[in-house]
Amino acid sequence: MTQSTTRKARPMPTVPTGAPAARMPRERPKPDAAIGRRVIVDDLDAHYGPQHAVRGLSLEFAPNEVTAIIGPSGCGKSTLVRCINRMHEEVPGARATGSVRLDDIEIYDPSIDVVSVRRTVGMVFQKPNPFPTMSVFDNVAAGLRLTGARGGNLREKVERSLRGAGLWDEVRDRLDQPGIGLSGGQQQRLCIARTLATEPEVILMDEPCSALDPIATLKVEELIEELKQRYTIVIVTHNMQQAARVADRTAFMLTGELVEMDLTEKIFTTPGDTRTEEYVTGKFG
Amino acid sequence: MSTLVGIAPGRRRKDRLMRGVLAATTLIALVPLALILYELIKRGIGSWSADFFTTDANGNFLGDPGGIKSAILGTLEMVGLATLIAVPTGIGVALYLTEYGRAGRFGSLVRYFVDVMTGVPSIVFGLFVYITLVLSGAGGSGFAGWKGAVALALLMLPIVTRSAEVVLLLVPDSLREAALALGAPRWRVVLRIVLPTALPGLVTGSLLAIARGAGETAPLLFTAAIINGTSFDLSQRMSSLPGRIFADVGQAQDRLVDRAWGAALTLVMMILVLNLLARLVSRRSRLT
Repeated sequence: MTQSTTRKARPMPTVPTGAPAARMPRERPKPDAAIGRRVIVDDLDAHYGPQHAVRGLSLEFAPNEVTAIIGPSGCGKSTLVRCINRMHEEVPGARATGSVRLDDIEIYDPSIDVVSVRRTVGMVFQKPNPFPTMSVFDNVAAGLRLTGARGGNLREKVERSLRGAGLWDEVRDRLDQPGIGLSGGQQQRLCIARTLATEPEVILMDEPCSALDPIATLKVEELIEELKQRYTIVIVTHNMQQAARVADRTAFMLTGELVEMDLTEKIFTTPGDTRTEEYVTGKFG
Repeated sequence: MSTLVGIAPGRRRKDRLMRGVLAATTLIALVPLALILYELIKRGIGSWSADFFTTDANGNFLGDPGGIKSAILGTLEMVGLATLIAVPTGIGVALYLTEYGRAGRFGSLVRYFVDVMTGVPSIVFGLFVYITLVLSGAGGSGFAGWKGAVALALLMLPIVTRSAEVVLLLVPDSLREAALALGAPRWRVVLRIVLPTALPGLVTGSLLAIARGAGETAPLLFTAAIINGTSFDLSQRMSSLPGRIFADVGQAQDRLVDRAWGAALTLVMMILVLNLLARLVSRRSRLT
């Protein structure tokens, strides 16, 4: 294993056929009718300097389903999802090799613009992180402004995103107030609205409820249930009850490897691997 | 099992003693500060008048020596130009250090040199500009206001850089990540997220650097020189408040020494206003 610490990942694209498009084709103009993309992870390895965080992992995330990734701390859950929108390579010394495809488009292909990958694959973080200098409205609009998107009715898009995040009724009268003035749960839904505004097709959630109280958590979970009608959703969670509540499928990871992935019900009742059983019954982790 | 007991008398005594010592050192530190302000106001306020601020020093051997208009304007012009040079450059360097070269070897080298520059005595900057720009007659003249501004900018640059870097590092990485994950290119993240978030702190740091530059004499002595008349031409010699004080205070005539005190009070008041502005702006900061 070379200990190279190049900043940019130099992966091996596995889809060399044809002239690859520089941007993700966005053939579906109406997001209301959108169906999420299938995410195919194939033999993915991710490193932080000498540390091997994800080891030869392959799995698929189906569109219009919620897939939960569970596993003990440090098992590579977050790293895995950060590889799906190429945020992993933003960490100095980090690199990833292998293949991640959205339907049939290789996102690590050198001709693919990383910006378009991140617009197609939105991400919600552990801690709500609205932009502190911006109002509620501007926070949602930031998703569009920051990517240089022009045209279209900004106000309409912001409203649609806020409605999509189930926040519109709570903030419609305070759109011009600072985003950080909202409660923690509202801030997280504001961040979800900000992600929705860029009209992604896949939404990654990295422990989106771990900083929220139970009521706010419930709201976000209901939202996830709704969002899966239109997106592919991958949620990393520490909370096994949450995985059981929201996920159609659950993947269990251990030390950078996929132990198993199956229907959530099966994982929690009759898992195929004894390690999974031990984890979900609370014997370790 | 341990039992709960009262504070031993010895510990109580020690506590009182140490608190007393700390209070005393604070008082000792405050005494010179208060005396300076007292003396400045007592001796300087007498020369303040409308004429004092609206006339130039006239060099007359007898009678009214004139005011400090040229010195105030000269300081404003040179510090203004120095700010235009030092603030954008310094914030640029800090942005490079925090956004692009955070971990690299070149970044730490730059950081080291900035630290060294902070410790360089101000007269060295003056000498440097004297040798490189004044003696060589750069720009067609010897002493010139813009050369004084360059010397001040050199002095202000590391202060701006250091304070800006600290503030930019306070901008949480989670905000950068949020913007990057939305698909924003890095330059837009810097322009739309990092800079606006850090703005109050950047302004505060710059104002403090300006205040520092405005009070410096040594970088101006061999670069802008000291003259009496008002000049708006930065390629000519230029008066400055510290220069005026330096020239007047060594004179044998009381009326000139009085003018030095008046100029000193003016300078201190200007810097005080800058500091107050800096504090007001920093209070608006959302970073902790």
